[in-house]
Amino acid sequence: MSKTQKFLHEETFDVAIIGAGIVGCAMARRFTLEGARVALIEKAPDILDGASKANSAILHTGFDAPSGSLELQCVQDGHAEYLNIRESLGLMLDPCGAYVVAWTPEEMGNLEAIHAKAHENGVTDTKIIPATALHQSEPNLADHALGAVHVPGESLIDPWSAPYVYLRQAIENGAETFLSSEVTGGAFDGTSWQITTPSGALKARTILNCAGLYGDLLDQALLGTAKFNITPRKGQFVVFDKAASGLLDAVILPVPTERTKGIVLFRTVFGNLAVGPTAEDQQSRSDASTDKATLEGLIKAAHKMLPALRTMPITATYAGLRPATEFKDYQISPTPDKNWITVGGIRSTGLSGALGIARHVFGLYQKMGHEHSAIKSPTTPKATVLAQTGPRDWTQDTPGEIVCHCELVTRREIEAALTAPLPARSLAGLKRQTRATMGRCQGFFCTARLAELTEGHFVLPMAQEIGTGDQP
Amino acid sequence: MTDLARSRIDVAIIGGGPAGLAAATRLKQAGIRRVVVLEREPEAGGIPRHCGHPPFGLREFKRILKGPAYAARLVRRAQHHGVEIHTGVTVVEARPHGVLLIATQDGVQEISAARVIYATGVRETPRSARLISGVRARGVINTGALQSMIYLKNRRPYQRPVIIGSELVAFSAIMTCRHAGMKPVAMIEERARVTARWPSALFPRMTGVKLLTGTKLTEIHGQNSVTHVSVQNAIGTPEDIACDGVILCGQFTPESTLARSGHLAVDPATGGPVVDQWGRCSDPVYFATGNLLRPVETAGWSWNEGRQTGACVAADLAGNLPDPETVVSLTVTAPLKYVMPQRITLANGEGSMKNLQLRVSRPVRGTLLARSGEAIIMRRKVNLLPERRLLIPVADILAQATGGTVEFEITE
Repeated sequence: MSKTQKFLHEETFDVAIIGAGIVGCAMARRFTLEGARVALIEKAPDILDGASKANSAILHTGFDAPSGSLELQCVQDGHAEYLNIRESLGLMLDPCGAYVVAWTPEEMGNLEAIHAKAHENGVTDTKIIPATALHQSEPNLADHALGAVHVPGESLIDPWSAPYVYLRQAIENGAETFLSSEVTGGAFDGTSWQITTPSGALKARTILNCAGLYGDLLDQALLGTAKFNITPRKGQFVVFDKAASGLLDAVILPVPTERTKGIVLFRTVFGNLAVGPTAEDQQSRSDASTDKATLEGLIKAAHKMLPALRTMPITATYAGLRPATEFKDYQISPTPDKNWITVGGIRSTGLSGALGIARHVFGLYQKMGHEHSAIKSPTTPKATVLAQTGPRDWTQDTPGEIVCHCELVTRREIEAALTAPLPARSLAGLKRQTRATMGRCQGFFCTARLAELTEGHFVLPMAQEIGTGDQP
Repeated sequence: MTDLARSRIDVAIIGGGPAGLAAATRLKQAGIRRVVVLEREPEAGGIPRHCGHPPFGLREFKRILKGPAYAARLVRRAQHHGVEIHTGVTVVEARPHGVLLIATQDGVQEISAARVIYATGVRETPRSARLISGVRARGVINTGALQSMIYLKNRRPYQRPVIIGSELVAFSAIMTCRHAGMKPVAMIEERARVTARWPSALFPRMTGVKLLTGTKLTEIHGQNSVTHVSVQNAIGTPEDIACDGVILCGQFTPESTLARSGHLAVDPATGGPVVDQWGRCSDPVYFATGNLLRPVETAGWSWNEGRQTGACVAADLAGNLPDPETVVSLTVTAPLKYVMPQRITLANGEGSMKNLQLRVSRPVRGTLLARSGEAIIMRRKVNLLPERRLLIPVADILAQATGGTVEFEITE
């Protein structure tokens, strides 16, 4: 490190959170509300760009989590906090419930154990129902469904607006964010860390490693050792046409296997119907590619469960990577002599667990001897409303131009997302903040207009003016 | 504020492209009082607005025009005849009795019309619905998006794309690229030969674009932007082609969002609403016309259909269309892809479509049969290609069918 080290910020922060995924955003909020000075560092130009960019958008009850696990505790605490702050932050919730459906006599035999485990986990409102009752509630479900465990507490939420507003609340109450800042090194001097990024260094007394898919690598790089190894688990999804969402009310879960929760059929709060995820272990931490054969398999599986889907077009396909480790449970561990807490292995319940994880980690931080006084009356920003049932911007007075016709995204919403306080710096970021191009036509009609509106805002521009730049 | 609600609307037309404008103009010519076109884009004219090249307008204006000039003429002609064109208006919901929920610059509004014509056109199938393998890198777009970027916004997304497909629109993509100083690396067609008819097939060679037929796109690579694509030829040899973008051409699908999410019957085969020979939907207050009916015909063809539908709706408003009482359903089996209209009302009335339109999904030679129960009511030798439509006179069906279903099949 040279003596003329450039700093991103003068101050020595109480904590630096590395990684602005769902967990990092919830962490920034919790620590800021508790009175800590927080810096959030993210290598991508937009937040939620790793594991958090693709999931099934379900707020789980923890009914099927390993009993006694940290995961169960965090999911249930997270679920409870989500419901508590839902109104003040304007968070979306579609309490549609779920059915764990048995499709074979063998699976039928497992329902009792699933029901018993739910009760053991404190989820006491589950019920085993026969095929007749299941088909009464979900008349479009295929005939060969034999029965189900009904889990009324499972809900749909907006997987992006929620973490955005967690982080916005942190920012409004004093947190600083440093995007496009990949951590390339760091040193601990016994009392505080100096973290290096290509754009400058940052000082913080404690580090919270929320680096998701890179969590083990960050521990290795800065602590010299990691207690777990991440093997990314890819999950592919297929989204059907919005007209399909009328075919289903509740989430349809399969009877799980040892390794995965299996393929889920679910509506989204945006008004789609989707199927996924697959569970494919891989080495690459960035390759969220889809493949045709797997997608076709998912579509076939969805058709089998919900035959009326056969005539429904496909709107979107996507894949996400979950930071799975060799362990089943979350890997959250403090390294007190280094002022470091690793928050790793949050493999598939991060969205549900994030708020609970943040509380748990703050507890660990306090045990390390840190004290702050909580902010007395924190400001509470409102989440962007992108859910189909919510008061979307186009339904308001004088919304102006609608840019994305499929998802009814206004120019006003796009311009808001491009400016403060967490500006979209890529099309992916803009999509998560506004839903532009995420509908049926996938940008056929609005890409050109977006290229114009986003000019000067994206790290990689969508287009360049003809007659400028390199000629071919 | 748009003054849409100021008085009773006789006909509302959803979509201001060639078909919608033609229908609207024809309705005014027939003396219908209030005809409004609802267009969600800032300007009416439809897809030709961003096709900055000829040939458009031969059928309509007896001359060869570029797309934007053609679109502007259609708009002027409609306005000249007293059509009200409302731009920046998105129809969000279409309900029974012609009630439309619309989103405007000023807010949401409910309007109603005695008749509604859907003329929402087509779009190309995006990457997702094609299930293309690979990463979701920046730079994979449809021809329509590319053309509007280049011709409407004077911007280009990349320099050296590959072009996927060889329908007519793919040749339009080459012209568009050349206009913007982009140099397509290759045109990739899965089938053994180019889909568009000769002489378009000569065009890539003339412009120095490598043409790879019998070649399949297998994967898109890149991290943030596209770096290369993998392809495989007919005998399975893989090859990587360096490029910085992918243009997905054609595989048109009707933009039938509203019909799908509303109360109208949609035909999975065409992707458009189910109509009878007057373009009447399952709710007879609603009509459909142009490329929404089925993918995909030229602007001129759609314009002609629009005119015809305009005449039908005028006749309907005058009480001159027969009620859809006895109806024959038409169905097809592979390799026939679709038949449109999908229903024939067993009655005569003015302005009906003269022909059924059918298409096949692969080249086929044999005998086309139409069955009504046990009886074969029509038999005809055919030699068909996917890019060529087959026309069967509606009168032939009317003369022979008595009800129920008529099934079309081809024996090879």
